[in-house]
Amino acid sequence: MPLLQVESLSVTRGDRTLIADLSLRVCAGELLHLRGANGAGKTSLLELLAGLRQPSRGRVAVEPEDLTVHWVGHRNGLNPHLSAAENLEFWCGLNGCPRSAARRALTAMRLPAGAQRRPTRTLSAGQKRRAALARLHADTRDLWLLDEPLDGLDRDGIALFSGMLAAHLGAGGMVVMTSHQALPEGLAGVREWELAR
Amino acid sequence: MWTWFHRLASPPSFYRLAERLAPWLGLGAVVLLAFGWFYGLVYAPADYQQKDAFRIIYVHVPAAAVSLSLYSAMAIAGVIVVIWRIKLAECVVVSIAPVGASMTAIALVTGMLWGKPMWGAYWVWDARLTSELVLLFLYLGVIGLHEAFDDARAAARACSLLAIVGSINVPIVKFSVEWWNSLHQGSTIFKMGKASISPDMALPLYAALAGTFLFCAYAVLRRIQNELLWRERGTSWAKEHLSAVTVH
Amino acid sequence: MSGVWAVFAREMRLAGRSKTEWMMPPFFFVIVITLFGLGAEANDPRLADFAPAMLWVAALLSTLLTLERLFRGDLEDGTLEQVCLSRTPLVLATAVKLLAHWVLSGLPLVALSAPLALGLGMRSDAIGVLVLSLALGSPCISLVGGFVAALTVGLPRGGLLLPVLVLPLITPVVVFGAGAVRSVQDGLDPQAPLYFLSAILALCVTLVPWAATAAIRNAFD
Repeated sequence: MPLLQVESLSVTRGDRTLIADLSLRVCAGELLHLRGANGAGKTSLLELLAGLRQPSRGRVAVEPEDLTVHWVGHRNGLNPHLSAAENLEFWCGLNGCPRSAARRALTAMRLPAGAQRRPTRTLSAGQKRRAALARLHADTRDLWLLDEPLDGLDRDGIALFSGMLAAHLGAGGMVVMTSHQALPEGLAGVREWELAR
Repeated sequence: MWTWFHRLASPPSFYRLAERLAPWLGLGAVVLLAFGWFYGLVYAPADYQQKDAFRIIYVHVPAAAVSLSLYSAMAIAGVIVVIWRIKLAECVVVSIAPVGASMTAIALVTGMLWGKPMWGAYWVWDARLTSELVLLFLYLGVIGLHEAFDDARAAARACSLLAIVGSINVPIVKFSVEWWNSLHQGSTIFKMGKASISPDMALPLYAALAGTFLFCAYAVLRRIQNELLWRERGTSWAKEHLSAVTVH
Repeated sequence: MSGVWAVFAREMRLAGRSKTEWMMPPFFFVIVITLFGLGAEANDPRLADFAPAMLWVAALLSTLLTLERLFRGDLEDGTLEQVCLSRTPLVLATAVKLLAHWVLSGLPLVALSAPLALGLGMRSDAIGVLVLSLALGSPCISLVGGFVAALTVGLPRGGLLLPVLVLPLITPVVVFGAGAVRSVQDGLDPQAPLYFLSAILALCVTLVPWAATAAIRNAFD
């Protein structure tokens, strides 16, 4: 059973303490919804779970040790001069997935074929977000770390995304995500977590 | 062994150790430098070739020796930062840079002043002068990089990486310029075999050398203390210390 | 290994999209050398003596032009964090990116240096050594410059800091590079400086990607 466990974690940046002595655990099929005011350290915590940042104290333990992780940060990770398809194909190449997975994922995110081929700088914010979230389709991974994934998505996009969440959780996956909006209704296994300042 | 090391590397205990050590280093530096410079500048016989101009070695040689040693020390601390992420080592890297830069600048200026009567020019493109100049640039680079960061820990790690890469570079620079051209007189103290310097000249030189090392150790230690206090200003030990200082 | 190709292909494709950016260094290189020629007396034979140093410094400065943007765009749009967290080791991706930078900005300068050297009145045997020395030295510039670019990537004034940090580090490359050409011009054997240049290149290739990787990770922390 996959498991994510955070033990007495602290993060400081300069003389500010972003996260003090945090412990939590996420089990298979669970979605942890991180909430908190701006500057409460939600993004820092996600970056830490992803391994982009080192904790000042405490540790993050995962089970199994080779747990696979998806990361969709608040930045989409799309080069503005390349098309959505080219960006995703590059990502697939980096991660050893077949190139065809990129197109399939974008289509699954209902990004029109025309929009897949245009440089991403010409896409709307919602379309870019769809392209970024298409990574979740392109490769199956145990843990999803998502920073404000709903940002810019329209109603159709949100519905699509909540379907993806439900399928992932149903298959025993784990999600840790931040969102200022309320999560889509009817998701099983959602746990709210308020990060205090 | 390891617990001892950990205790030493913890900010409050190192701060206290430095507090006890620093006055002795400072005192030693003052005594040795006073002796070395007074003896060297007043009593030592004039050089038969260079006359009184040679007396600048009592400042130049120690400064040059220390500038290189400090860079190596900074790079070693840098390795510790990169591998073990020890806070104290971060403070060491950051604290050495300004002291090292000043010593390098002193070595350069005194070298130029010495060069004028000896070689007839303030600046000659010689191996040691040029590599000392590159060393100054490397020090200034570390200082500039440190200033550019907001976060103290990220800054110290970046400086450590730069110091490490620079330290690999220093001998290559030295060698490249040496290959390229050399006018500088051979090293006098560390020459193999018999020393080519009279004992009356050597004694004050050794004293000045040791004094300069002690002075730099003192300056670096004090800077480390400041850096530790600044970084840990939110913690109880630093607050306690600061309030104790203000009461006095 | 698909990651290696993906990084390289992406760099080439991006260069194709923003051609002007990659045209700038060779253009700058040619302009600087032309201005040197114009600044000196017409057909001054001394120009050939200074040509190695001029060409080397001009090549170094032109390479610096593109270094600042090397990782910055990727950091800003979030691609760098995806690369960091991907299955391709970051050190490999970084090394390939630096290789691509050399192919795009160093290689054209190597090719351009021969006609420019001819214009400055250099002898043909010296030109051969010049091209060889640039071929060995320009990858070092891309590598060391890439390390510093990674070090300063997150900094608001990184562009100002970059040349100041790169230039002292690259001194030996310029000394041996221009020195090799000077040796030929003075009728000496250029082998020794060329071997040193190769040794520095070997050192850069093996060590710099690791240092650059650590610097990139530090940019996130």
